[in-house]
Amino acid sequence: VSGLAVVTSLTGIDSGDTAWMLAATALVLMMTPALGLFYAGLVRSKNTLNTFMMCAGAIAVATVTWAAVGYSLAFDGSGSLIGGLGNTFLHGVDFAPREGTKIPQLLFFAFQATFCIITVALVSGAVVERMRFGAFLVFAALWSVCVYAVLAHWAFGGGWLQSGGTLDFAGGVPVEMGSGFSALAAAIVVGARKDYGRQALLPHNAMYVLLGAGLLWFGWFGFNGGSGFSTGDPSVLAFVNTLLTPACTLVVWFTLDLIRGRKVTAIGAATAIVVGCVAITPAGGYISPGWAMLLGALAALPSYAIIVWRTRTRVDETLDVLAAHGLAGFTGILFIGFFAEAAWNGVSDGLFYGNAAQLGHQALAALAAPVYAFVATFVLLKLIGLAMPLRASEREEGIGMDVVQHGEEAYVTGEGAILITAEAGIEAELPVADPI
Amino acid sequence: VKLVIGIVRPEKANDVLEALYRAEVRGVSMSRVQGHGGELERVETYRGTTVQMGLAEKVRFEIAVSDEFVQPTIEALCEGARTGEVGDGKIFVVPLEQAVRIRTGDTDMGAVTPVDK
Repeated sequence: VSGLAVVTSLTGIDSGDTAWMLAATALVLMMTPALGLFYAGLVRSKNTLNTFMMCAGAIAVATVTWAAVGYSLAFDGSGSLIGGLGNTFLHGVDFAPREGTKIPQLLFFAFQATFCIITVALVSGAVVERMRFGAFLVFAALWSVCVYAVLAHWAFGGGWLQSGGTLDFAGGVPVEMGSGFSALAAAIVVGARKDYGRQALLPHNAMYVLLGAGLLWFGWFGFNGGSGFSTGDPSVLAFVNTLLTPACTLVVWFTLDLIRGRKVTAIGAATAIVVGCVAITPAGGYISPGWAMLLGALAALPSYAIIVWRTRTRVDETLDVLAAHGLAGFTGILFIGFFAEAAWNGVSDGLFYGNAAQLGHQALAALAAPVYAFVATFVLLKLIGLAMPLRASEREEGIGMDVVQHGEEAYVTGEGAILITAEAGIEAELPVADPI
Repeated sequence: VKLVIGIVRPEKANDVLEALYRAEVRGVSMSRVQGHGGELERVETYRGTTVQMGLAEKVRFEIAVSDEFVQPTIEALCEGARTGEVGDGKIFVVPLEQAVRIRTGDTDMGAVTPVDK
């Protein structure tokens, strides 16, 4: 046993940390299909598959771009604005511990990859039911590098926000505000669905929404609990806060629903779970469980208000990524500035404990991340729009993106379907040159 | 009294409802049906199995109206449902033997004339 301990200390790898981070990485990857369920339930049945496929597309594209260049730009070196190219195509990313952790850098890469993936998938919520799938994949590839990797470097990779003192435990800057304010820009550039504001566009399967929200919450224990990269105190704190905060958000959301409509809604509950998880994301390892519960309660208010207000506007930010992620992330980032507690986090106090400077660091992040995400996404989509149409035609939108973009339906009956084989002699399938 | 049956594209169903509302045709029932009237453009593939969808989702409106409302109803259905492509649907008008409003026992004209209160 002592021999093993020596080996461990020599390599700098902690087996307990590594074991947990392997599991946490799998948990976070699961959040993207969970988000696919959540989103697919919220759209009309004719767009079910397309909506889920945007999440699947994010896994495909963002994994490749992250391995190719995104990880390097985010985590190689501590440049102020952007990292280096030393780790492109995973060069030098191996079993040696990642600086500041006791886990292999290869595992650190994979854990961070799952964050990039889900953030790309989150943005799709703004443009579902009308954006062309191909255009979305191009957007996903460029956005994961130009927006996500940059914000991740600022907050996690030693960039100007992190080195300036901003605390962001699990991604309030790159993941939550990054996706939320990018979603707003994307909704504006791509434009509203043709039926938006004219017809009631209702969720087609509330059970998918609830199931997706439940699986997201489950995965979020890896997301927040893994962001300490260890089995140490900050990870335990963030893990437990991930239980406490969303529960409090749920209670307040129920109350708001009761006041507003005299009924507690199921889709409201699913939304509240996400809002609570988002709010505790930046703050998880920095605030005490008690303050985490207050954060959960407070976070419900601005997000609820924006969701109610947004549907009265012309901005078809379809699945309210701004309210659920952008705004709740904003709330969480600022909350750290007030209630961070060195006695719990061993790093820094907030204003409430006598350190007003921390609030300044947090406010800076709460300003910079939304501005960069919005502007960069706006420009990026305008440029992509010059090269290819961003959205399907009105007629295609009417038929539904599942049939038009994927040639499949979520709820196909198969009645009256004619099997196409060469022998069946259906003209379309026979080559023109061989018309037997 | 006639029964107007309109079979239209599901994505045009809301436009039809709007047009019927504007034409002041109030009593409507609709159901989801499957059918085809010649269009066979939809090819789908599931794990290598390619199929031509012989039946397409349609929405079937059934509207019982008095004789002077037949033409406005037909016009509303056409206006709401037309895209100009094959597959826009059909309208059938058939005579009605009898119509009864269950609540009051009103028959025929009385049964198909909407109550205002």
